[in-house]
Amino acid sequence: MTSWIDIGSLEDIPLRGARVVKTSLGCVAVFRASDDSVFALHDRCPHKGGPLSEGIVHGHKVTCPLHNWVFDLETGAATGTDEGEVATFATRIEAGRVLLDASVLEKQTAA
Amino acid sequence: MSTKRKLVVIGAGMASGRALEHLLDAEPDNWDITLFNAEPRGNYNRIMLSPVLSGEKTYQEIVTHDDDWYAQRGITCRFGEKVSAVDRDAKTVTGADGIPLPYDKLLVATGSAPFIIPLPGHDLDGVIAYRDLEDTNAMIDAAAKPDAKAVVIGGGLLGLEAAAGLKMRGMDVTVVHLMGHLMERQLDEAAGYLLRKALTDRGINVLCSANSKEIVGEDGRVKALLLDDGTELPCDLLVMAVGIRPNTQLAKEAGLAIGRGIHVDDQMVTSDPDVLAVGECVEHNGAIFGLVAPLYDQARIVAKTLTGEDAAFVQKEVSTKLKVTGCDLFSAGDFADGEGREDIVLRDPARGVYKRLVIENDRVIGAVMYGDTADSNWFFGLIKDGEDISEMRETLIFGPAYQGGDPLDPMAAVAALPDDAEICGCNGVSKGDIIAAIHDGANDLATVRAVTKASGSCGTCTGLVEQVLGVTLGDDFVIPAAQSVCGCTDLTHEEVRRLVKSQELKSQQAVWQELGWKTKDGCHVCRPAINYYLLADWPVEYQDDPQSRFINERKHANIQKDGTFSVVPRMFGGMTTPDELRAIADAADKYNVPTVHVTGGQRIDLLGVKGEDLPAIWADLNKAGLVSGHAYSKGLRTVKTCVGSSHCRFGTQDSTGLGVKIEKKLWGAWSPHKFKLAVSGCPRNCAEATCKDLGIVCVDSGYQIGVGGAAGMDVRETDLLVQVPSEQEAIDVTVAFYQLYRENAKYLDRPYKWIAKVGLDWVRERVVDDLENRQALIDRFALSQSVYQKDPWAEHVRERADSYAPVADLTLQAAE
Repeated sequence: MTSWIDIGSLEDIPLRGARVVKTSLGCVAVFRASDDSVFALHDRCPHKGGPLSEGIVHGHKVTCPLHNWVFDLETGAATGTDEGEVATFATRIEAGRVLLDASVLEKQTAA
Repeated sequence: MSTKRKLVVIGAGMASGRALEHLLDAEPDNWDITLFNAEPRGNYNRIMLSPVLSGEKTYQEIVTHDDDWYAQRGITCRFGEKVSAVDRDAKTVTGADGIPLPYDKLLVATGSAPFIIPLPGHDLDGVIAYRDLEDTNAMIDAAAKPDAKAVVIGGGLLGLEAAAGLKMRGMDVTVVHLMGHLMERQLDEAAGYLLRKALTDRGINVLCSANSKEIVGEDGRVKALLLDDGTELPCDLLVMAVGIRPNTQLAKEAGLAIGRGIHVDDQMVTSDPDVLAVGECVEHNGAIFGLVAPLYDQARIVAKTLTGEDAAFVQKEVSTKLKVTGCDLFSAGDFADGEGREDIVLRDPARGVYKRLVIENDRVIGAVMYGDTADSNWFFGLIKDGEDISEMRETLIFGPAYQGGDPLDPMAAVAALPDDAEICGCNGVSKGDIIAAIHDGANDLATVRAVTKASGSCGTCTGLVEQVLGVTLGDDFVIPAAQSVCGCTDLTHEEVRRLVKSQELKSQQAVWQELGWKTKDGCHVCRPAINYYLLADWPVEYQDDPQSRFINERKHANIQKDGTFSVVPRMFGGMTTPDELRAIADAADKYNVPTVHVTGGQRIDLLGVKGEDLPAIWADLNKAGLVSGHAYSKGLRTVKTCVGSSHCRFGTQDSTGLGVKIEKKLWGAWSPHKFKLAVSGCPRNCAEATCKDLGIVCVDSGYQIGVGGAAGMDVRETDLLVQVPSEQEAIDVTVAFYQLYRENAKYLDRPYKWIAKVGLDWVRERVVDDLENRQALIDRFALSQSVYQKDPWAEHVRERADSYAPVADLTLQAAE
């Protein structure tokens, strides 16, 4: 079951940028691409733990600020020759508000 | 009385210019030369008009012979003057002054005239050909009008170069081509399709199989082109580029034998033994000529005939390359289908590559390549030599590197070429010629170009010439990397910088669109570079984009491996006060800073600050008057100083004071890479000024300014730029040097790398010798500083402190 939580307005996230949502399971990076689509990924690069929310957003991709690993925002998978995956969370935009699916977070908290 | 022979030359184009070079090389003192030219200027590299049109080069850069060149050789120039008559019986030529000028030998080099289709309306204003500098300037002027539209009739070499140039100038361009595919004389249909697609991708509208019917005008000016299917194409400029025809009018009036062109024999002599002809105006064995390579061959023969040497002009295979940035295209030989002919075709749609070889009797007779033309010279060699390729047929299409065993590196392909392989098609320079020049001491591209002319005309063989240098000199020659910025574009950093300036691109969207970026909004490699180029070239118009900056510059702090940040307040010239030190100590306590470190740049680093605490610690430091030290930036870092004459018994000048003044002037500025300075008060050099990007060493008589030092991955001592007597001049030269670096260097090149590319003399000319230019650089830097010299910490505290905090905190929500 999904459980949508309002985390803020679309305008709060810079275009081609990201903001962070703190959760009990660590930070989630919420990205806004140039086409105003929004993606949420675990804010931690599987390589050395770099904060993906601080990376450069290009197309539907983000580059980790520490060692330039590039992740697909849609799937969370590392691109190119690097291998690794970041957890993704569903998002939705409703009337200019960004909604994050927190069911995964809740489930894991409950477990 | 002069014993010199009188030579009159009619037409100062590329062919006659080259003939004069050869002639005067052989016999510098034997000739009294008069040169007529209808264009009001001397010889320039007409092939390079396309880069002038697109803004990639200036006219000055394509001048072949300037006034000095003619003056030094005693040539009488009558430019802007048409020859009205030639009297072959009296052996005289008459110009505008009506006075007959006698000649012993006459060289006719009247070139060609563009073919203008006699459509109704072809004489309207705004209908032009594409032939000379006047046409080019008319096109540049037309493109300057907002929303201007152009139609180019003719989808051949010249028409497409015109169309691409006009598009790069910002015009809305439509190409109208009569045939079914573009460049049908040089390309087959598949390559024509790829070319059309590439042009369409960059926003040029291409209509093939389109027949023009009428040029519509209004008040005597062109308004639209009407096609015979009824389509009307509105335009402010109509360029006709449908072909050229030899200019034979004068020769005809003089009674010389002409056909399509002026008839010449193998010695380039016309039907009159004292009259020679060269270039696009001639007809030799039924052929006429439009490409530069055979014209240069003719020029060599003309010179030899004039000096009485035996020589004969032989027609050779010619190849074609298109000079449109980003469209790599090559064709040579015969590639029509036919009985007994076979094709080998390689297609790689993802890379936009198409290669086709036409084989007849185990020999390559034609080649068409699009997208990857790296091996074109090798294939051209196979065609010219008629080599039997049956042994390597299976791997032939993959090029020379794949012949005879394992794939080799690209240098091996050049190394494998025989000495007589042609490297520069325009100038007919072989690999052997270049190697000979290298053995005679030419050890870089510029010298090889000056000595052999290789790569001096259209420039497309520059890479090959460099490879020959590399193969011949081995490790002594490093091939300059002409790498593109990243996968988003084929352009190099230098090309992008030039185009940003020349096309006045003032936003990232404009760069992506106008320069044909392959990605929607760039990547982490190109975005920071383009952002820098734009803010450096257009400080007032362009708005810095934080989302195109690496995290350190976006957050104005250095990220550490654990995700915390370091904070370094500025200490001008390494000077501080007890109050500042107290504020730093208090901040370190208050924010639990685990590590306090003194840096090599004479300031204090607070390491381990949490991202969310940054605005608060900055606000505290700001209160004590401390501002950001930009220890994280590709920009001005520090000016390290010693205490100089104020305390030191050896100090010759106030090095601390000068360091503070320079840092106060430069701080806050961005540059291609970090920029570190130092000022030492005497040659003992305690501030280590001689390994900085710019270092000043004070001496009794003034200030020695050195540049291009390094103490990182490379260690390098500075080179002396200049010694100046006064402190003010030292500051001026420093600012001007920094601005020159800011305006010209490739992103992420430290000054020493940049200087290695442009040369210290080039820098010195602009910063030291040309005082007007020095001042202009200082003024432009001041303008940029009016925007960028501000404390980013204060600004972020004031305007965007929120962005450092999480947008939402679900840990709290869950607890409720």
